[in-house]
Amino acid sequence: MTRFNRCLFLLLLSPLYMLAQGKISGKVTDSKKHPLPGVNVFIKGSYDGATTAADGSFSFTATASGDQILAATLTGYQPLELKINTGSSEQLVIVLKSAVNALRVVTISAGSFEASDSKKGTVLTPLDIVTTAGAGADIANAIKTLPGAQQTNDREGLFVRGGTGYETQTIIDGMLVRNPFFSSMPEIPGRGRFSPFLFKGTTFSSGGYSAQYGQGLSSALILESTDLPDRSSSSVGVSVIGVNAGIDNLSKDKKTSYGIEADYTNLSPYFNLIKPKQHPILGPEIIGTSANFRRKTSKTGMLKFYGYYNRSNMGFRSESIEYPGATESFTLHNDNVYTNLTYKESLGRNWRLYAGLSFSSNRDNINTDTSVKSIPPAYIKSTSTLAQSRVMLTRDLGRFSALRFGGEYQYAVEKSALNSLNAGFVDNYSAAFAETDIYFTPSFVGRFGGRAEYSSVLARMNVAPRVSLAYKLSNFSQFSVAYGDYFQKPEPQYLRFANSLDYMKATHYIVSFQRVASDYTFRTELFYKKYADLVKTNPYTNNGKGYAQGVEVFWRDRKTFKNVDYWVSYSYLDTKRDFLNYPMQVQPDFAASHTASVVYKHFFPKLSTSLGLTYSFATGRPYFNPNQPADKFMSDRTMTFNSLGVSASYLTSIRKAFTIFVLSVGNAPGFKQVFGYRYSSDGMRRSEITPSVPRFIYLGMFMNFGIDRRQDVINNL
Amino acid sequence: MKRFIYSLLLLSGLTTGAMAQSAQYQDAMSKQTSDLDSGYVFTPDGLQQKANTFERIADAEKSQWLPYYYAAYCNIMHAFLLQDKSKIDPLADKAEASLDKAEALSPKNSEIACIRSLIASARLTVDPMTRGMKYGMEAGQQIQLAKTYNPENPRVYMLLGQSFLFTPEQFGGSKVKAKENLEVAVQKYAAFKAESPIVPHWGELYTKELLSKAQ
Repeated sequence: MTRFNRCLFLLLLSPLYMLAQGKISGKVTDSKKHPLPGVNVFIKGSYDGATTAADGSFSFTATASGDQILAATLTGYQPLELKINTGSSEQLVIVLKSAVNALRVVTISAGSFEASDSKKGTVLTPLDIVTTAGAGADIANAIKTLPGAQQTNDREGLFVRGGTGYETQTIIDGMLVRNPFFSSMPEIPGRGRFSPFLFKGTTFSSGGYSAQYGQGLSSALILESTDLPDRSSSSVGVSVIGVNAGIDNLSKDKKTSYGIEADYTNLSPYFNLIKPKQHPILGPEIIGTSANFRRKTSKTGMLKFYGYYNRSNMGFRSESIEYPGATESFTLHNDNVYTNLTYKESLGRNWRLYAGLSFSSNRDNINTDTSVKSIPPAYIKSTSTLAQSRVMLTRDLGRFSALRFGGEYQYAVEKSALNSLNAGFVDNYSAAFAETDIYFTPSFVGRFGGRAEYSSVLARMNVAPRVSLAYKLSNFSQFSVAYGDYFQKPEPQYLRFANSLDYMKATHYIVSFQRVASDYTFRTELFYKKYADLVKTNPYTNNGKGYAQGVEVFWRDRKTFKNVDYWVSYSYLDTKRDFLNYPMQVQPDFAASHTASVVYKHFFPKLSTSLGLTYSFATGRPYFNPNQPADKFMSDRTMTFNSLGVSASYLTSIRKAFTIFVLSVGNAPGFKQVFGYRYSSDGMRRSEITPSVPRFIYLGMFMNFGIDRRQDVINNL
Repeated sequence: MKRFIYSLLLLSGLTTGAMAQSAQYQDAMSKQTSDLDSGYVFTPDGLQQKANTFERIADAEKSQWLPYYYAAYCNIMHAFLLQDKSKIDPLADKAEASLDKAEALSPKNSEIACIRSLIASARLTVDPMTRGMKYGMEAGQQIQLAKTYNPENPRVYMLLGQSFLFTPEQFGGSKVKAKENLEVAVQKYAAFKAESPIVPHWGELYTKELLSKAQ
């Protein structure tokens, strides 16, 4: 072996010795020149590198020589690579740009409150709805603690920004729900039919909502059902008003699940103990069942079915105002079916498909009678069925922008009968919509859309343009504006008698500012809403009109106090309208000028107990007093509304079952609440419209048994 | 002949090069793993620095699961030290991404399942009320998986003991069961013979600390 060979041999044996060493140092900052600590700066493909210090500086020795690639990475920033020469001893200055991820991109927010399970800071989660004291696990009741919604607790529905309950539409997975609330009795509002646990996301839009949805003049409550459950489970609930049980089964491959649930509610034992204002003569009882089926059809495809059947029976007797000394009775039997089948799939090449089918039917049988012999009883039967289909295609444009378009068709049959008088109609409603979200920059987005609708019963078409813009001022703050036209068919009870009616119309203008961080939210909105073509009933015309304007503030804080989460909302509303039988434009009887809510939740981890308080306030609402002259119509005001709900829930486990005990008291101090007055037709007598019980005490226990899948895990090994 | 010798030399040189690389890996890894349990490392800054170092090694090697594993370990331990809960999820995401790579290289690994259990526990702490059900369950399932993959892994019993110790009694926590598991962990730590200095060996001191709390 030659000497040369030996040298080569040595060199080859120790490749590291061949490499010259170079010192690399410098500083990393963000685009605003603030130093970035914790950045991983290194020579690609080698171990050599360093982590930047608090002042952003770094320094290390590289074993590789010559031209190398230097990389700098930090979570939340775009990784950077640059060519350097290890020989040069210059100080490197590296600037990292913040990564434009979905969290930092501006989103359309004017008018809408989102509540979802996803990681980003949302306003309300489904659990928030359940743990809001005084809401009784009712979605609409929890939403009433948000700005924009009125405290109209004498009738069901969400009354938003000077709109009636009819002007709010409920949408589940894109499909309209015709009867989201239980049928109500006079003065007793019906609760929502759907449990908050069915939904992973809730968006409450108090105005300016997307062209995807129509037929709501004021507001949309958009609910998105949950996907596959995490595991199989069964649940049992027992409370002072009823029982429920259900199972949820997840297949072994975790791609298919089904669930069934049944519940029975009967308030009569409760009402035997705590006498309500009206005397119960039937129930109230509710028998309900529901079933769901979900299947992940592919990596991106999801098929969901939800079906619900429900029967409720109730009847009350109360003192007659019309006939002193006599009584009036009212009984109601209601049957309700709702089914919803939706399918989502990605078609590839940036296209996504959504398709949905839904059928629902609602039947009310109402019987009213008085103890006065000369007045015959009245029987009211009303049936409404709705079949609907909906298709939507989405095309992603670039990283964030998207185009959506689609159509929907609804076939509705309305039948009603009073004694032997029949009235009804059939409507074929079709709609087409298109909208596009255009990101001019990651912090400036515009949504431009439109919706065209045709209803056969009105024999008219409408076209509604909608525009929203949002601009992100910083990572947390954004400013938005929205404008849109909204059309809605008149209520079925008017359409039945007057088929010459036209759409009612509202135009929304909204300006909003919000600051949302992970543990606090601040929002404020200014709105103006103009109503046109509202229904007048005497005679039936579309000559009604009105307006609503106001300002709303919302603050939620999960940070300041340990284990405490609270929110405060305030709404100022100035609204007047001339509709139905109103002689002129006045503040309607469902609108209060000032509404405020404070929701407070305190979790005690050591006791595993959560305490909640909800205080709501509203100024007096107008009511109709027939003794006032015509020019003083609706000039009287009820007393101010005060309500304090208290709840305590205790979480524990009983034999491996996750168990919650809930005690809640609605209006605990028993504040007197008067929502209005009913007058006899001669105006001589009146009765207060008040809650049927001054405070409602609820005690319940819910158990969830997770079916242990450990054995499955072992079997699959 | 000369050509043959050259080629032989070249070949041997290359293999020694590869071996040197591997020795470099062993050296770097033993250096980095030796002080993982020490106080100066167990700070947010220290752990971030370690995580970055392991990421560099992982990135350069690409075929070794251990650096990915340690990067995940450092990131998730860092998450547990944070006061600002909004920073936990990004760190957990990062740890999860590293573990996915580790698991692709070494499937059905008891140590990886242990870290997955820790990730779920860290995510739980962000919002126990909302996330308790989901992540509590996942943390438990991952420990069970870790146990089935390797019942001799002392960290399985340490994590079980820890969860029994810190879970409120209403939810199945128990000092007695905590003690049982921690004692098993101590035995397994004692019985554990490292095949190399760089395989996971953390947690023995911590287990003893926990055990004193469970007494």
